[in-house]
Amino acid sequence: MATELIGGLEVHVDDEGFMTDPNEWNEELAPALAKEIGIDELTDGHWKVIRFLREDFAREGQTATLRRVSTMANVPTKELYELFPKKPAKKMSYVAGLKKPVGCV
Amino acid sequence: MPPKFDDETTDRKLCIIVSKGTMEWATAAMVLGNAATSEGIELHVFFTFWGFDAIIDKRMDKLKISPVANPSMKVPGTEIGMSNMLAGLPGMTAFASAMMNKEMEKLGVPPNREFMQMVHDSGAKFWACRLTFDMMENTMGLTKDDLWDGVEDIISANDFMELSEGGQIIFI
Repeated sequence: MATELIGGLEVHVDDEGFMTDPNEWNEELAPALAKEIGIDELTDGHWKVIRFLREDFAREGQTATLRRVSTMANVPTKELYELFPKKPAKKMSYVAGLKKPVGCV
Repeated sequence: MPPKFDDETTDRKLCIIVSKGTMEWATAAMVLGNAATSEGIELHVFFTFWGFDAIIDKRMDKLKISPVANPSMKVPGTEIGMSNMLAGLPGMTAFASAMMNKEMEKLGVPPNREFMQMVHDSGAKFWACRLTFDMMENTMGLTKDDLWDGVEDIISANDFMELSEGGQIIFI
C-alpha cells in the first residue's frame, strides 16, 4: 500500500490519497492535511466537524455523511459548504484522516 | 499525492427535471441532487407537471407512493406482486407511504421538505415550470405564494434551455 509524507509523518493512503489507517492520524496532522487541499487555517468550525467525524467513526466504524454531521453535530449544511468548499464530504474526511463516506445521503 | 479535488476546474453542470410528485421519484431527484452538489457540481432542479407536488408548500410534506399499477411493489416480505384489487383498497396508499417513510428514515434519508432544504442550502437552484404554474393557476387558483420559498422563480421551457446550456440533463 502506498505511503505519503504528510506533516513530517509517513502515513498509508489509498489510490485517491485518503488515509487508510485511522490510528496513524492525530490532531497535529490535521492542519498539514488541510494545507494539502488548500485549507490554510483550521478554525473552531473546522475542528467541530473534524472531532465529530473522529468520534463518530470510533463509534460507528464508518465515516459520517454530510447529513449525519449536520443533524448530529448541529453544523448547518451551508456552513459545511463554507468550511470545506465545493466537495465538503470528501474534504472533511480527508482532513480527519478517514476514508470518504460511502453513504448516499 | 493528496486527492485531486480540482476546485478550479469543476465546471460540470447538472439539471434535473422532476416531472413526478410521488414520494419515491421526488426522493430520487434529491438523492442525485445532493450527490451532485457535494461533488461541487452546479445544480438546477426544474419542477414540471406532477413534480409540482414537491414544491407546493401545503403538499410537499405529504408526498405518497402508490401501490396501484405498480408491479414492482411486492407484498412485504414476499415475491408476490400486489394485486391492483388489494392495492386499491382504502388506506393502502397511506399505508405504503408510511412504510416507505419509515424505511427511508432508517437509512438517514430526510423527509421531502428537509431534503429539499438541504440541497438548496448546498447551493442548488430550484425552478418552477411556467406552463404548469399557469395551468394550476387556472384550475386551482395557485399563486406564487403557494410555492415553497426555496423556489427561485417560475420560468418557461425556453428559459430552461438557456439555463441548461452546457449541462447534463436527467429527466425524472
